[in-house]
Amino acid sequence: MNVDGVKNGIVLDHIKAGESMNIYQLLQLDKLDCCVAIIQNVKSEKYGKKDIIKIDTELEVDLDALGYIDNHITVNVVENGELARKLHLELPETLTSVIQCKNPRCITSVEQEIVHKFKLVNKEKKTYRCVYCDAEYK
Amino acid sequence: MENVRNLINITDLTLDEIDHLIEVADDIVANPTDYQDICRHKKLATLFFEPSTRTRLSFEAAMLELGGSVLGFSEAKSSSAAKGESVSDTVRTVGCYADIIAMRHPKEGAPIVAAQKTVVPIINGGDGGHFHPTQTLTDLLTIKRRKGRLNNLVVGLCGDLQFGRTVHSLIEAMLRYENVEFVLISPNELRVPEYIKEKMNEVGVKWTETTSLEEALPKLDILYMTRVQRERFFNQEDYIRLKDSYILDLAKLKLAKEDLSIMHPLPRVNEISVEVDDDPRADYFFQALCGKHVRMALILFLLGIK
Repeated sequence: MNVDGVKNGIVLDHIKAGESMNIYQLLQLDKLDCCVAIIQNVKSEKYGKKDIIKIDTELEVDLDALGYIDNHITVNVVENGELARKLHLELPETLTSVIQCKNPRCITSVEQEIVHKFKLVNKEKKTYRCVYCDAEYK
Repeated sequence: MENVRNLINITDLTLDEIDHLIEVADDIVANPTDYQDICRHKKLATLFFEPSTRTRLSFEAAMLELGGSVLGFSEAKSSSAAKGESVSDTVRTVGCYADIIAMRHPKEGAPIVAAQKTVVPIINGGDGGHFHPTQTLTDLLTIKRRKGRLNNLVVGLCGDLQFGRTVHSLIEAMLRYENVEFVLISPNELRVPEYIKEKMNEVGVKWTETTSLEEALPKLDILYMTRVQRERFFNQEDYIRLKDSYILDLAKLKLAKEDLSIMHPLPRVNEISVEVDDDPRADYFFQALCGKHVRMALILFLLGIK
């Protein structure tokens, strides 16, 4: 199957197989006015199977959000048809406006304008706690 | 706003700062006239979106004894919160009228939001089941005055340890002192939240959980009783089932050390029998007095006075 290469844009590689649609929605790629290709179940030496997303425009990707979802994803920045930069993701120390606190006792549950913010408290377990109420995000 | 100090969680204060507050609190008792006009022309706003007797009145008494003035409200329905005003807007407005704000709110994290919206110091007077740092300062001062130390203690915490914000703050504070052991006495449904256990494990402090007050009593230096709080339950049936889990009376106290200190953040319902009040180990009303002294010291500290 052939999918055109990206001229100036971003290729998200090593996405866990089956996760590409979630990332598509999280990054709101449906709102872009450019070609976006989602390629699923690509053979991968590292993971067996993987997904890839190609975005044919220069775009500021929320690396924190992406790192939270899957820090194995590689972000390839393409300029003039050439690979300009390869970014490896890490679990972000803080997450802003990515996930929502579900604690009904949290101030964010009643005041809509407050930005939901979480801090990483355990890297191995990937545990995040709300900065307002300390509730763990599950 | 960077230079403004707030007190949201007890860990906002260093151990040296807590020592300083304890020293000032003792100096206030020793030299009251030195402090009686020290906050003249300063105003404390008490914003209590949730009812309270002790915390609000002790803040107000503290500011009045320092020669300052107080303004504020004692329940959400007597403020614009009843009209749907946000915490942010309320605090931003009150910050124009007062030099320092003490607030209580039923929602956890409300004082953090408040502190982001004003340039006057915010004191957390309790946010839901989360933190209650000025109660913790009160507790630390009480323990220091009664035991002469804040280390080498076995501290029993009994009752509602899940929603009991005073318990969470006290554990966080005492984790920083050497050789403090915690005995957590509660029904299985009201155990200490996981994040508090994680913190205890991180520090490597010794802690045990039990459902039996009688079993725990003989080894304790401090017994910190708490009320099962009706307002923290969404389900009233659970509240009724758990509310009488632990009642301390003179018969149970026979199992305790002679120099045990019995503490309670108050108000109590029936978890400490009235007959215990005259026992020399009952320190909960003394604790209320300590609360005023330490809040006086805190107001001075946050206002940068002396």
